[in-house]
Amino acid sequence: MGADSFLNLFTVFVLACFVGFYVVWSVTPALHSPLLAVTNAISSVIIVGGLLAAGPEGMGFSSLMGLLAVVLASVNIFGGFVVTQRMLAMFKKKPKKDE
Amino acid sequence: MSEDLTGFAYLVSGVFFIMALRGLSSPESARKGNVYGIIGMIIAVVTTIINPAVISLQTIFIGIIIGGSIGTAVALKINMTALPQLVAAFHSLVGLAAVFVAIAAFFNPEAYGIGTLGSISSVSLIEMSLGAVIGAITFSGSVVAFAKLQGLVSGNPVTFKGQHMLNAIIGIAIFVFIFQLVVGQSEQAFWILIGLAFLIGFLIIIPIGGADMPVVVSMLNSYSGWAACGIGFTLSNTALIITGALVGSSGAILSYIMCKGMNRSIFHVLLGGFGGDAVAAAAEGAEQGNVKQGSADDAAFIMGNASKVIIIPGYGMAVAQAQHALREMCDLLKEKGVEISYAIHPVAGRMPGHMNVLLAEANVPYDEVFELEAINHEFSTADVAFVIGANDVTNPAAKSDPTSPIYGMPILDVEKAGTTLFLKRSLASGYAGVANELFFRDKTMMLFGDAKKMTEQIVQALG
Repeated sequence: MGADSFLNLFTVFVLACFVGFYVVWSVTPALHSPLLAVTNAISSVIIVGGLLAAGPEGMGFSSLMGLLAVVLASVNIFGGFVVTQRMLAMFKKKPKKDE
Repeated sequence: MSEDLTGFAYLVSGVFFIMALRGLSSPESARKGNVYGIIGMIIAVVTTIINPAVISLQTIFIGIIIGGSIGTAVALKINMTALPQLVAAFHSLVGLAAVFVAIAAFFNPEAYGIGTLGSISSVSLIEMSLGAVIGAITFSGSVVAFAKLQGLVSGNPVTFKGQHMLNAIIGIAIFVFIFQLVVGQSEQAFWILIGLAFLIGFLIIIPIGGADMPVVVSMLNSYSGWAACGIGFTLSNTALIITGALVGSSGAILSYIMCKGMNRSIFHVLLGGFGGDAVAAAAEGAEQGNVKQGSADDAAFIMGNASKVIIIPGYGMAVAQAQHALREMCDLLKEKGVEISYAIHPVAGRMPGHMNVLLAEANVPYDEVFELEAINHEFSTADVAFVIGANDVTNPAAKSDPTSPIYGMPILDVEKAGTTLFLKRSLASGYAGVANELFFRDKTMMLFGDAKKMTEQIVQALG
């Protein structure tokens, strides 16, 4: 990887930090638990790394590590999104009185 | 798919993740946000799988199915009270996955296009070791947090002599071994590095007490993001970098909010030794005067005749699982024409937003639930403040006593309400080990007992 490409990635990183900063401050405090759960789910996009390592044919040490990463990240992805959905489904407004 | 197109797909996936967090600005848009998150994840995974270098699809699918079923089953079964430990457990998995990916990248760099074994570029080695180190810290730290939250080990801080010195030495050693790794491509340095990181993750969480867990959970959330970032740089993958940065800043902001909610600096929390589950036993002493004790019938009578009641839930409500009984009580009061609202302190419970989720679970409408700043001025017009399983967050010493450990912490002004009802098991002080003078005031009535049982008795008395 050349220096150019590192700088590009670093640009993305710095900008994403700023986006994260502003987006997270706009999250309502009532939803901080779902925020934790969903950030947990999306940080498991690290599965991409596992997939690439597990990808090559045959089962060497690296592919085994990759496969383990895939399994762990999958637990998180499915678990994280499901539990977030469960939490969010519970947040309801006051029923209207004029029914 | 061409390289450009792949890169673009990862970028789109990153944008979907941003939108997932954006959705959380209100409960209405949040469910849509979660769907965006899922779409982003599908894009990232599919883009990776159709890469021609990824051949052993069958094994991969089996892996995803195994992991996915475990995750789904756990998430469907988990009790909402146990949410903090579930989140801690999930964090540990992200951390460990990051470690595995880093190991895989070290021993098979060709798969990631970052060189060959023994001659990986220095930049990649630094990125990969940072990913591995932060991942390992996230893993072992989260395991400790999980054990404390689950009650497998005591929530009390574990401190010993020379603790900070030991941590500092290990910290320096980690940097020395990263340097060694980069210079010598040494396999040994890589393993030692990971081992040390596991150790330090363990060491930095053990001195932190149970009641500081909202900060710990947020902090580990942040770490898991930075670990993903490190791996993202190794893989030159924008989806990972964007997500890692989002999660990293999200966790950092939550830690900041939690620390502010306790008026403590993050360093103070990290140095630990504060916030055990039972720092002090019952607050005894002559100077405290008399306590007015009431029964469920008294409480029902007082609240039934009030026109405005504010409920202050705390960790005690979560432990006793009293949220459903509480909502029943409030429904009966509403039928009697009493105005009900809920006041939530930022650090109530064991994770950020914990109380809101429990109340939502008990079908409390979220527009009756207010944050500290939004409701604090209402106490002066309230007839009753009903404190259920909370203590320190109501302690006026935070305002009046500069010598108090909780001085400066924002509190809910329950003392301004006409009557304050405290539902607690005993007079014991809160996590800060500070006696609450409110217990001994004339306007205060103590209801001693299990939060759930007592609330159920009030429900009966009201009915």
